[in-house]
Amino acid sequence: MSDRRTIFAKASGEGVAGVAVIRISGPESWDAIVRLTGKDLPTSRRLSRRWLRSTDGTLIDDALIATFEAGSSFTGEQSAEIHCHGGRAVLDSILSELRSFSGCRPALPGEFTRRSFENGRMDLIEVQGLSDLLQAETEYQRRHALRVMSGAISDRTGKWRAALVRARALIEVTIDWADEEVPEDVSPEVITLIENVQAEISADLKAFNRTERLRRGFEVAIVGPPNSGKSSLLNAIAGRDVALVSDIAGTTRDVIEVRCDLGGVLVNFLDTAGIRETEDQVERAGVERAVERARAADLRILLASADTDASSFISSEADDLKVWSKIDLSPGDADFAISTKQGIGISELLGAVESRAKKAAESAGSFGHERQRYVLEAVSRSLSVLVETAAEVDAEVSAEHLRVAIAELDSLTGRRSIEDVLGEVFSTFCVGK
Amino acid sequence: MKHSYKFDVIVVGGGHAGVEAAHASHRLGAKTALVTHRKDTIGEMSCNPAIGGLGKGHLVREIDALDGLMGRITDRAGIQFRLLNRRKGPAVRGPRAQCDRAIYKIEMQAELARFPNLEIIEGNVVDFLMHGQSVHGVELSGGVQVHASQVVLTTGTFLRGKMFRGEEIIEGGRVGSPAAVKLAERIDDMALPLGRLKTGTPPRLNADTIDFSKFDTQPGDEAPYLFSTLSTTPAQRQVPCHITHTNERTHAIVRENLERSAMYSGMIEGVGPRYCPSIEDKVTRFADKTSHQIFLEPEGLTSKQVYPNGISTSLPVEVQKDYVASIEGLEHAEILQPGYAVEYDYVDPRALSQTLSVKDVEGLFLAGQINGTTGYEEAGAQGLVAGLNAAAAALGRDPFLIDRSSSYIGVMIDDLTTQGVTEPYRMFTSRAEFRLHLRADNADRRLTQYGIDYGCVGDTRKVQFLEYHERITQAESFLCSKSVSPNEALKYGISLNGDGVRRSAFDLLALPDVPRVSLSDIWPELLDIDRDVLDQMEHDARYAPYIERQKRDTEALQRDKMVEVPNDLNFLGISGLSGELAGKLNRIRPQNLDQASRIEGMTPAALALILVHAKRAKDQKTA
Repeated sequence: MSDRRTIFAKASGEGVAGVAVIRISGPESWDAIVRLTGKDLPTSRRLSRRWLRSTDGTLIDDALIATFEAGSSFTGEQSAEIHCHGGRAVLDSILSELRSFSGCRPALPGEFTRRSFENGRMDLIEVQGLSDLLQAETEYQRRHALRVMSGAISDRTGKWRAALVRARALIEVTIDWADEEVPEDVSPEVITLIENVQAEISADLKAFNRTERLRRGFEVAIVGPPNSGKSSLLNAIAGRDVALVSDIAGTTRDVIEVRCDLGGVLVNFLDTAGIRETEDQVERAGVERAVERARAADLRILLASADTDASSFISSEADDLKVWSKIDLSPGDADFAISTKQGIGISELLGAVESRAKKAAESAGSFGHERQRYVLEAVSRSLSVLVETAAEVDAEVSAEHLRVAIAELDSLTGRRSIEDVLGEVFSTFCVGK
Repeated sequence: MKHSYKFDVIVVGGGHAGVEAAHASHRLGAKTALVTHRKDTIGEMSCNPAIGGLGKGHLVREIDALDGLMGRITDRAGIQFRLLNRRKGPAVRGPRAQCDRAIYKIEMQAELARFPNLEIIEGNVVDFLMHGQSVHGVELSGGVQVHASQVVLTTGTFLRGKMFRGEEIIEGGRVGSPAAVKLAERIDDMALPLGRLKTGTPPRLNADTIDFSKFDTQPGDEAPYLFSTLSTTPAQRQVPCHITHTNERTHAIVRENLERSAMYSGMIEGVGPRYCPSIEDKVTRFADKTSHQIFLEPEGLTSKQVYPNGISTSLPVEVQKDYVASIEGLEHAEILQPGYAVEYDYVDPRALSQTLSVKDVEGLFLAGQINGTTGYEEAGAQGLVAGLNAAAAALGRDPFLIDRSSSYIGVMIDDLTTQGVTEPYRMFTSRAEFRLHLRADNADRRLTQYGIDYGCVGDTRKVQFLEYHERITQAESFLCSKSVSPNEALKYGISLNGDGVRRSAFDLLALPDVPRVSLSDIWPELLDIDRDVLDQMEHDARYAPYIERQKRDTEALQRDKMVEVPNDLNFLGISGLSGELAGKLNRIRPQNLDQASRIEGMTPAALALILVHAKRAKDQKTA
């Protein structure tokens, strides 16, 4: 069952690209643009440049916007497209803003196509793409199932669901079997069950950012003052016998990326060019974006050398790698010492990056999809309301919050819950005459 | 010489499904015959003498809202009325009544006898009259043929029904009813999917031999809440029920004799309900419980018989005597009729469409226990749906469809036809995802207008409902048009969140700590609104925030329901659907997208694909 709310999703492909496209479709799509840009709507069906800001006023990106009236869009509904920079930080920020708008939710797989078909915008041949999508979805589920069964990541959803089903059964028994010998007050056990689930969900939501990024690659920023040897290091990495995945020319002039597979983990090296003090306004904006990008990375390689200013504009984190480059010129104090000219220390450095990337992959939470995050947030919201209002409302209202929470979880797995709730009731309580 | 009769609709069976089916068919204007093996068993309460409860009471109110019989007859025969869950919210309050079994039957038979267009035929149905794969009537023993284009079969547990009492096995559903072997064979020929279920009854006791002084008394409500909006007061003298308990001695007797129980000796293979356990089940599965509650339900004002609800069994008679005598107050109780278990075949209701017609056999409808349900209320509600649809089919009218978001009847029909059953299906309020909207007290507001439009509601109810509806509408528009600010409210002693937001009189009704007198101080017009109408408004207001959220789900459901999936769509031919899912779809054959969406394992992308193919198939047909 899919409702008619406004839906959104990244429409461009997976992986880092120069420009990403986010598609929004539904009655609130234009409102979403107004909220993101803080300005009036641009002329429809024409690309217009706008700054995007989050609700608290922080700048997100300099983007191009297109709006479409109902009847002249891909889905046939009122809709909009945001063409933004392809970096993760930017995409994540925009998607999370959209998620926070009450009338918007992430699209289900195939939902844009379905709406388009329902509104007569596509014929059958065009929708055959859905078959491919289904196969991809199945493949994802297969891999997901394998992951769960292998025990590497425990089936947390199943555990939460069982706890929530139990909580609902406890409430339902006081409603549907009120004239029998059942406990009067079940709320202490119900609240304990729910609070445990909530604690775990919020931990997973925190881990979500890490996981989401890992799905698309572990990001390593190479940072340092001009001339400290960043580009030489990147070239050395690209030129080594690591499996080079792609080598994307700078999407903006600020960041250059190299993707490679280090021991089975996808790693993106970023050359954040040009971090330095500058009076030039245009250049300073570029530097700020580079700094932002480096901060958002999973790991930073901080470069310094004898012939540059060693003070960094990036406050280092405990895990960051301090690297002294150009040891062919003069030695220095750091975690690693390298010379790209003579090929010294590169393997050791890559080894350290690889072990950190693997560690991050292991510790990441189990959820890695926009839709899953949305579901967890929705579950968490329902549970919070339940806990806050439990003392004042009737049992059937608390049960309604639980029903919604379980239905959201079930939307991930395609299960139906009422038989499980009844099963829990009948195995716990001797009810019925 | 063979006699021959001609009707629009024949209803086979005079139980709770049968009487509602016949009456509904007649209300819609179809010439209807009810065929039963014995006229004097029509309307028999063959299990416990109670109607209603949680979920079940909601069903009866809905049957009444569509002008069915069960509610009014219960009100006439009721000897104790209780509204369950009085201390919880209005959505989960369920009316329940103890009935005088004899009066119920008499009132029901009298009601059916009033209509010349509804004929009652006494006879044993031995076979269907068939033309290929469609049913055209029934043949009675003695060769009499009764013709009709539609037949509703409501014969309960007759399909290979077997009774068990200890080591004894008796063929036949109810005591004294012969199993219709030939008809069962005919149904076998139709190759419908069958399953096997069981159910049990307790020993019936003689009231004169019971020491009632030892029990807790459970009186009825002082202000009885009735089932029918056409009733005003109970017709019978009101009596209390009594409660006693089993004890460890009872459990020891049952445990020592477990191997003599038909259910535990392996004689019964059918699946019993988890929610209605026999005493054998109770002491086995909940071994740590030292006592279980027993409700002693009087079977009538003049009847000596008492129904001890909670100790159903298939143990031999002498063991039943022993364990009954171990219970406080029943030490000298005489068993008038021993308890027994019944095992029977049911038709997997997924073979039915939402009209309760058999998908593969034209002209045949099934309702009641034969579909794997249990309970008078569940049977009656199915009878109503099957009866209206059989009449509609005979008269060439649109089917009577009713969905999950509007009613418990819709929840049940949808559960049965899409999910099937794994145990006797019983209604619970927790089955309804739109529970907060589906109150027992607004069944008429949800359904009567639909019934009027469809043509199954008589004039008396119609006039009464339209007048009531008018009062509701006026009250609603008044309450929504009046509002106060928190400051103004404070002058009348009502303290609200000081946010400056104006609240309507409707909103204020939802607040539990705002007394109605304070509201009528602000708006004296409130005094002119009837109490029942104001109650409705208060209940609406109370759930309004949640209903608003559910509305979106309802709309999505309605849209998906509008997309019909052709009966002959071959899901295995749709590329992209997994073989497993396509196989499941081919088996269940959903009638619309909404039903498809609730099949286990369905994904959004698969649903989109089905939508595309359903539309294409439809376009090709119309082209």
